[in-house]
Amino acid sequence: MISISETVPAIEVRDLVKRYGDAPAVQGVSFAIRRGEIVGLLGPNGAGKTTILQTLLGTLTPTSGSVRFFGLDFAGNREAILARVNFSSTYVSLPYSLTVRENLGIFARLYGVSDPARRVQEVLERLDLADLADKWYSHLSSGQMTRVCLAKALINDPEVLLLDEPTASLDPDMADRVRKTLVGLRRDRNTTILVTSHNMREIEALCDRVLFLHAGRIIMEGPPKEIAARFGDADLETLFLRVAREGRG
Amino acid sequence: MKLHRVLALVLRHLYLYKRSLARFMEVFYFPLLDILLWGFLTIYLQRFPGAVPGAVSFLLGALILWDILYRSQQGISLSFLEEVWSRNLLNLFVSPLTAGEFIAATMVLSLIKLSLTAIVTIALAWALYGYNFFLIGLALVPFVANLIVLGWSIGIVTTAIILRFGQKAEVMAWGLAFLFQPFSAVFYPVSVFPPGVREAAWFVPASHVFEGMRSVMAGEGFPTANLAWAGGLNAAYLLIALAYFYSTFRVVRERGLLLRVGE
Repeated sequence: MISISETVPAIEVRDLVKRYGDAPAVQGVSFAIRRGEIVGLLGPNGAGKTTILQTLLGTLTPTSGSVRFFGLDFAGNREAILARVNFSSTYVSLPYSLTVRENLGIFARLYGVSDPARRVQEVLERLDLADLADKWYSHLSSGQMTRVCLAKALINDPEVLLLDEPTASLDPDMADRVRKTLVGLRRDRNTTILVTSHNMREIEALCDRVLFLHAGRIIMEGPPKEIAARFGDADLETLFLRVAREGRG
Repeated sequence: MKLHRVLALVLRHLYLYKRSLARFMEVFYFPLLDILLWGFLTIYLQRFPGAVPGAVSFLLGALILWDILYRSQQGISLSFLEEVWSRNLLNLFVSPLTAGEFIAATMVLSLIKLSLTAIVTIALAWALYGYNFFLIGLALVPFVANLIVLGWSIGIVTTAIILRFGQKAEVMAWGLAFLFQPFSAVFYPVSVFPPGVREAAWFVPASHVFEGMRSVMAGEGFPTANLAWAGGLNAAYLLIALAYFYSTFRVVRERGLLLRVGE
């Protein structure tokens, strides 16, 4: 028997609009993501991906529309929702003068993890970072920093993970390991993942479904291979290039 | 307000202070230089006929108290700037941490910081010049409390301005408190101000504290009126500072500025 909590979408966005003055950034976007689903948010620069991610995280107030996580309205349940969600981006960092273990310990406490030291060790081992635990964050390579940021994003065992280009600074081997970690999270923890990436092969390999954005609107959605075929393109990359240049599917 | 989140943020900064030379200097080095400079200056001034009686006590007492205000403000502003410099602000505000918890943590940090600085400056003033800061007596407690609260208000306003206008407004973290110094009657009485400025100076809570300190040192009794004014003004200014911070935070969320604070 399926419980109600499993049928409620992990994320539900309805009629989301964001304008900066008269300039529209997102124009009436609606979508829902099931629990355990991995969804790619695609689109050229300025399509509205970051705006949607920041709205989901509450760092940006929408002009109108609603965002719900686990059936709860974000506006009235920010703290309870964010305790079950986490985020990682290539474009944010962690305090440089702290060790990896200290940084993760701080975030474990911020998220109210019950045994921070144990959880930090678990996450370090899961991401193959145990050898770096007592190194200063500033002494890591950019690829290692990215993996530590991902470790931060796993610290509260999130039900929803929002990732902004999680493999952008990684070499192919590390990027592959990160993708395997994400697939493992969905398999073991039924984690819901919403990911942005400019690497179309990665999206094809990782995502069950993609939402294709252009000029603040979802212009197509579906399984990656299927939507490429639907529009007569060989793969997602060809479709992406055509949409970015012509602005249509 | 969740205590574990406030303490997590405090811990993050204590780790930093443990190993950052720049932060160590900020707490110990600059206060040490201040005490040396002003201490020797007052000793020199004492040699002149007609020197102000008890000049060492007045000036060193004022310097230590001013440093409490300044470190209190810096505790808030610099803790915020540390997050901007390390591009960690977004990580914090996508966690369940609230803006109120963030401010509470910076207040705790400012108390820790100013306590360390005060211990150093008070000990040095005693060791080098035989000046006993605690001779001010019981009035010291409300004096210090008022200066801390004024420092918090300035720190909160500074933080809001940097949030709103980004790192180009960073200079406010070092400069804004000094804007108040000439009008706070730190080293001279309010009576030296020209008319107009004199009346305005009474709206700076620190003026009441420093006037009160001088009246205690001159044996004129407990400055109840000064402290009542300072307390009332501080309560009003802290509320205004918090209201400004929250309204700025709302604007920052509306305009998506949190991502751009470090630019």
